[in-house]
Amino acid sequence: MKKIIAIFLVAVMPMLAQAAGGAHLDKVDIDMGDKASLHNGARLFMNYCLSCHSAQYMRYNRMAADLEIPEDLVKENLMFASEKIGDTMTIAMSKEDASAWFGTKVPDLSVTARSRGADWLYTYLRTFYTDESRPWGVNNTTFKDVGMPHVLWELEGLKKPVYETHKGEDGQDVKTLSGYEIVMPGTMSADEYDKAVRDLVNFMVYVGEPAKMQRYTIGIWVLLFLAVLLIVAYPMKKEFWKDIH
Amino acid sequence: MSRMLSLLNWVDERFPLTKMWKEHLSEYYAPKNFNFWYFFGSLALLVLVIQIVTGIFLTMSYKPDGEMAFGSVEYIMRDVEWGWFIRYMHSTGASAFFAVVYLHMFRGLMYGSYKQPRELIWIFGCLIYLALMAEAFMGYLLPWGQMSFWGAQVIVNLFAAVPFVGEELAIWIRGDFVISDVTLNRFFAFHVIAVPLVLIGLVVAHVLALHEVGSNNPDGVEIKKNKGPDGKPLDGIPFHPYYTVKDIVGVVVFLMFFFAVVFFAPEMGGFFIEHPNFEPADPLKTPEHIAPVWYFTPFYAVLRAVPSIAGSAFPGVVVMGAAVVILFFLPWLDRSPVKSIRYRGLCFKVLLFLFVINFIMLGYLGMKPTTDLFKLLAQIGTIYYFVFFFALAFIPKFEKTKPVPERVTS
Repeated sequence: MKKIIAIFLVAVMPMLAQAAGGAHLDKVDIDMGDKASLHNGARLFMNYCLSCHSAQYMRYNRMAADLEIPEDLVKENLMFASEKIGDTMTIAMSKEDASAWFGTKVPDLSVTARSRGADWLYTYLRTFYTDESRPWGVNNTTFKDVGMPHVLWELEGLKKPVYETHKGEDGQDVKTLSGYEIVMPGTMSADEYDKAVRDLVNFMVYVGEPAKMQRYTIGIWVLLFLAVLLIVAYPMKKEFWKDIH
Repeated sequence: MSRMLSLLNWVDERFPLTKMWKEHLSEYYAPKNFNFWYFFGSLALLVLVIQIVTGIFLTMSYKPDGEMAFGSVEYIMRDVEWGWFIRYMHSTGASAFFAVVYLHMFRGLMYGSYKQPRELIWIFGCLIYLALMAEAFMGYLLPWGQMSFWGAQVIVNLFAAVPFVGEELAIWIRGDFVISDVTLNRFFAFHVIAVPLVLIGLVVAHVLALHEVGSNNPDGVEIKKNKGPDGKPLDGIPFHPYYTVKDIVGVVVFLMFFFAVVFFAPEMGGFFIEHPNFEPADPLKTPEHIAPVWYFTPFYAVLRAVPSIAGSAFPGVVVMGAAVVILFFLPWLDRSPVKSIRYRGLCFKVLLFLFVINFIMLGYLGMKPTTDLFKLLAQIGTIYYFVFFFALAFIPKFEKTKPVPERVTS
C-alpha cells in the first residue's frame, strides 16, 4: 500500500507543478533580509510610483519600523503625499482624474505583488518598448496595451523591440521577439536598471505582506517547539502502550 | 483532596459529569489495533476548534460590507496585533479541514466503517461534509476579492439553471440581481453562526452514534463479540488514556505540517489562497480563469464534464449534486459482508485504488481551463466516479474474500 502511494505521488506531483505554469517570466531574487535593497526600493517607490498609485493599506510608520529607517528621515525624504507618520500611503489624485488621464482605473499597489507575483512585476517593469501608436509612446510585452506610461524611462532609457522571423510549423513566417535595442540611453546601464527594478519589486513584496518580515523567524521557533513536544509526547505514548499487545 | 471529591459528588448528583467522562473517555473501549488512518477523526475535531477560535477573533475586526470587506482583511493582516497569524490559521485551517476529512472518509471506505451497524455514523458524516462545503463556500466570499466574487457568482448561477424557478431562486439566494453587499451580509451571517451551529450539532451526533455502537477497526472485526468475564471487550482498550496519549502525538505531527504552511507557505502556491483574490471584487471585470479552491475542484470538473441540454447547464448541476448525494447511499450500495479491505478480493482493491486516482484526476481537471482532451478525461472520470459506487453492489456476487479472523490482529 505504501509503495503504491509513493509511486502515485511521484506520478502526480509534476502534474500539479505544471498546473501553476503560465507565460515566461524572469525570476527575481526576493530577500526580506536585504535592508539596503528595501531602502532603495522604498526610495524608488516613493519617487516614481506613489504619485499616481496609492498603497492605501500601508502605513509610513510601519515601514519606518520594519525597514529600520528613523521616522524623521522618512518624513523628510520619503513622505511626499502625507503629513502624519501614522498615515497610510494615499495619493491626492482622484479616481475620476485617473480615468480621464490614463483611460483606466489606476490600481492600488498594496497587494499587487501578491496578486500578480514578484516575477511578473520584475518582468513587466523591464519590458516597456517604444510604440508610437500608443498614447504614451510606449507599449509593454508583458502587459499588452497597458495604460501606464514608462515612468522609469529616465533610468532605463527607451528601447525598441527586435524581432526575428522564422518558419512556423505550417510554413508561414512567424515573427517572434528576440530582444530589445536601446534607442535613447538612460542614466543607468542595463545591469544597474535590473538591480534597481529588483529593489523596487523587493520593496513591493514587503508592502504586499509586511508580516513576511517576522513570520519566517517565528515559524522556525514554533516548529522547534513542536519538535521538542514530539520528543516528549512520543515516549509518553510508548510508556502507556507498553502493556498492550 | 477530599474537598475536591465532595465537590465532584455534589456535581455528579446534579449533572452526569463522571458518567459522561466514563462513557466517552475512560470506559469507552476502542479496538487496540487502530493504525495511522485513525488519527484523522480527532484531527478533524481539532481543526474545527481552530476554525471556531480563529473565526471568533477574525469577526472582531472584519467588516461584512461591500465597501470595507477587502480593506478590513488587509487591516487584519497589517494593523491588528497577530492578525496575519489568526487569518493564516483560518485560511490554512479551511484547506486542512478538507484534507483531514477526505482522509477520514477514505479510511471509512477502506475498512467498511459505513457498514451495519454504523450506517448512521456515516450519514451524519456525510451531512457534516455537506455543511462543511456550505461553510467553506460562504466563507470564501468574505475576503471580497476577485475569486470570492466570481466564484460565488458561478456557484449561485448554478441554481439559476434549475428549470422554471431557477432565475427567481438565484435572486432569492443572492438577495440581488448580482452578488452584492446584500449577498455578502447574508453569507457572513450563515458563515459565522448558522452553519457552524449545524456543524457542531452534527459532530455531536456523529460522535454519539459512534460511541453507541463502538468503533470499527482495520480488521473490520466487531470487538464487542469477544468480551472477557468482566464484560469488557478483549480487544478493546479504554480511549483514555491510551488513545488520548496516542492522539497527542498525532496532533503534534499534524501541527508541524499545519504551522509549516501557516508560517512558510500560507498561499500554498495559490492552492490555499488564490492569487486573483488579492484584487478587490470588481463586478465589471471577469478574471481570465475562474477556478474554485482545490477541495471543490473534483465536483467542479464533474459539473463541467456534463454536456448542457438546450443551452441549460442543469444536467451538470444534477450530476454534480448526485455525486455528493450518492455518498449517503454507500451503506446500502456496498453489499459485501466483509468490512475491511484486508479481507476483500483484488477487484475491490483495484476499484478503490482507481477511485482515489480518479478523484485526484478530477480535482486536477477542475482547476484547469477546459480543452477537448481535458473535457474527455473529465467525462471518463465522472462516469467512473459513479461506476465505482454501483460496482460495489455487484462485486460481492463473484468476489473471493479471505476469511475474517475472530479477533483483531496486531
